[in-house]
Amino acid sequence: MHGETDMNEGGPSGRFAPSASPLVHPHGVTERSPATPSDPSFRASATRALGDAQLRANFRRAMDGLMAKRAAQFPDPGDLQALRDLGTAVRARSLLRLPELLEQLEASCARNGIRVHWAETCDQANAIVLGLLKAKGATRVVKGKSMVSEEMHLNAFLEAHGIESLESDLGEYIIQLDHETPSHIIMPAIHKNKGQIARQFSQKIKDATYTEDVDELTALARKVLRQKFLEADAGLSGVNFAVAETGTLCLVENEGNGRMSTHVPPLHIAVMGLEKVVARLEDVAPLYALLTRSATGQPATTYLNLISGPRAKDEMDGPREVHLVILDNGRSRIYGDPQLQATLRCIRCGACMNHCPVYTRVGGHAYEAVYPGPIGTILTPQMEGVGRRHDLIHGSSLCGACSEVCPVEIPIPDILVRLRREATHADAGSKVAGKGTGQTMTEDLAWRAWAAVLKRPRLYRLSAWFATRFRGLIPGGMPLLKAWTMSRTTPLPAPRSLQERIRKGGLPHV
Amino acid sequence: MSDARAAILARLRSSGSGGPLPDLDTAVLERRHWSAAERVQRLRQGMASVHTEFLEARPEDWPAVLRAFCEREGLRTLLFGPATEAGHRLVEAMAGSPTALRPYDAPVETFKTELFQSVDAGFTTTVGGVAETGGLLLEPGPREPRLLSLVPPLHLALLPTSTLHDTLWSAIRALGWGQAPPPNALMISGPSKTADIEQTLAYGVHGPKRLVVILVHDLPGTPA
Repeated sequence: MHGETDMNEGGPSGRFAPSASPLVHPHGVTERSPATPSDPSFRASATRALGDAQLRANFRRAMDGLMAKRAAQFPDPGDLQALRDLGTAVRARSLLRLPELLEQLEASCARNGIRVHWAETCDQANAIVLGLLKAKGATRVVKGKSMVSEEMHLNAFLEAHGIESLESDLGEYIIQLDHETPSHIIMPAIHKNKGQIARQFSQKIKDATYTEDVDELTALARKVLRQKFLEADAGLSGVNFAVAETGTLCLVENEGNGRMSTHVPPLHIAVMGLEKVVARLEDVAPLYALLTRSATGQPATTYLNLISGPRAKDEMDGPREVHLVILDNGRSRIYGDPQLQATLRCIRCGACMNHCPVYTRVGGHAYEAVYPGPIGTILTPQMEGVGRRHDLIHGSSLCGACSEVCPVEIPIPDILVRLRREATHADAGSKVAGKGTGQTMTEDLAWRAWAAVLKRPRLYRLSAWFATRFRGLIPGGMPLLKAWTMSRTTPLPAPRSLQERIRKGGLPHV
Repeated sequence: MSDARAAILARLRSSGSGGPLPDLDTAVLERRHWSAAERVQRLRQGMASVHTEFLEARPEDWPAVLRAFCEREGLRTLLFGPATEAGHRLVEAMAGSPTALRPYDAPVETFKTELFQSVDAGFTTTVGGVAETGGLLLEPGPREPRLLSLVPPLHLALLPTSTLHDTLWSAIRALGWGQAPPPNALMISGPSKTADIEQTLAYGVHGPKRLVVILVHDLPGTPA
């Protein structure tokens, strides 16, 4: 979708500009280059998605179901709030002590026989994974679900180096067959219905016959993937929570593919964003309770898998080696801002997507980002630059449904407003990626003209005279106004300005 | 990559993030208490709702209950850990049974294909259960390997009712997982499942298709 760039250091805003060379306006305003196929555009993709009745029906049905299931899991508002407060406090405490917890995690993992690697960028993380695989001569990798590996575009990277990297989560497997990206962070194939999946399986899986029976489709995938687990040289997984005190990697799942990927092959490599650490194992309990209920409305998943080491000397199975790759990719910069740091509390439950009126209508692909939905609209621009992903920070109605359901109380609308401001006018000392690069020439000129008129009373009165006398002649299609008139009637100024009316008729007695 | 490590930690430290840590109010977890009988009831309800099956047994007759189940289901092979006390009792009870006991006593590499293709069921003990949401707690290890509860299509688990905890939180504390975690620890609530196709629940996607709990009623005064 887009190339990986080094995004770890808050540098001059220009380095976060779109890959096409930016046009520089004489006043120093960076004009966003016209959209090219390589440039993400939420507006264009969302417009396309809105016209796709099938897609909208698929999302509407799924999101309605998920909202109802979540609500049923939190019958007591008092308990829910107490649990959210606890989850928020656990995550906030972890972040406040982040550097020391990461060091403690590294030491605890080392004590348990888990090797820890650090990567500033996705390129570095990919290189580490490749190096570990090559050292073992591994050519077949099975993967448990991992959003960080999506962030790294790890599958494409490994395929380019001749290594088969197979997704084993059923949803991920389905979209990998079609070379698609996840449209939801918990249910990656939510945009497809069973008819679409049935056609795909019958075409792409050897000896498969067409069936729309979900049990039969699942059995088909099971058969293919069990053979892959058996043959795999290495397993790759994400991490839901990493426990600093005990050196434990916690994986939350229903299918068992996570356990298969982490316990069957001789080599297990886990990748995680550096924010995933918590201090103690018991901290996981409230986060797990919030995660499963918020994500899919389940009181518990089928498996909670706590990995604290490779195969011990006297064990019969389990991986011989376990490695943990800790990825930064812009997170340490986000960490540096007290308000934006809340972004890193996220436990990736997806509840914000399920409850978002925008996401529900356009689906995950429209965001053209690894992380879609409300959390994506604040996370992606902070990783890729607020100028480059200006489209996303405006892809919200600020209704607040996301922050209302967020299990760790991330103030998504507040952060969106902050990023909207920073996209055009950077705050003093701001570390926001791409700050100030979201301004367009038209917008800038419009504001300059507005300021010029308001500062000059005579010019203001003259403008008001023209606007009222020729009010019917304002072209609805003119720049800026077009954004309004696209789906609304052209606004009509009053026949006389308030000033004029008062001068003529005096103030009415109210 | 030690450069990356130093650079990342330096950036995190330079952020000036700090200040007092917010309090952790765990009252919402602590107030969940149930009587021994309610714990059994809750666990059963929670796990049954995700297709876990239950066999009722007493401490003295669970091996016979297990044998009867294996023969009723026509299981050909049952994989188990021979070094546990439960394993010893199983060997005694299964003598002469058409279900063959297969000890998991060699590295998985020596029989990986067989494990994936021709074992009908795996038997494990548990270290407890969680009443609140319904779940089994396992500590796989040398005596009961990790894949025993994962690869065979049917998982049989032995659960004495006296070992149930109220919540995952209280179980983690009681079992000492936060101090000395075993290399692998698990909470399992049912057979493997997925809802990735149209949100339709399907069981037995990668792990066991069935989970059968042998509930051993070992609390004083509980009816079998």
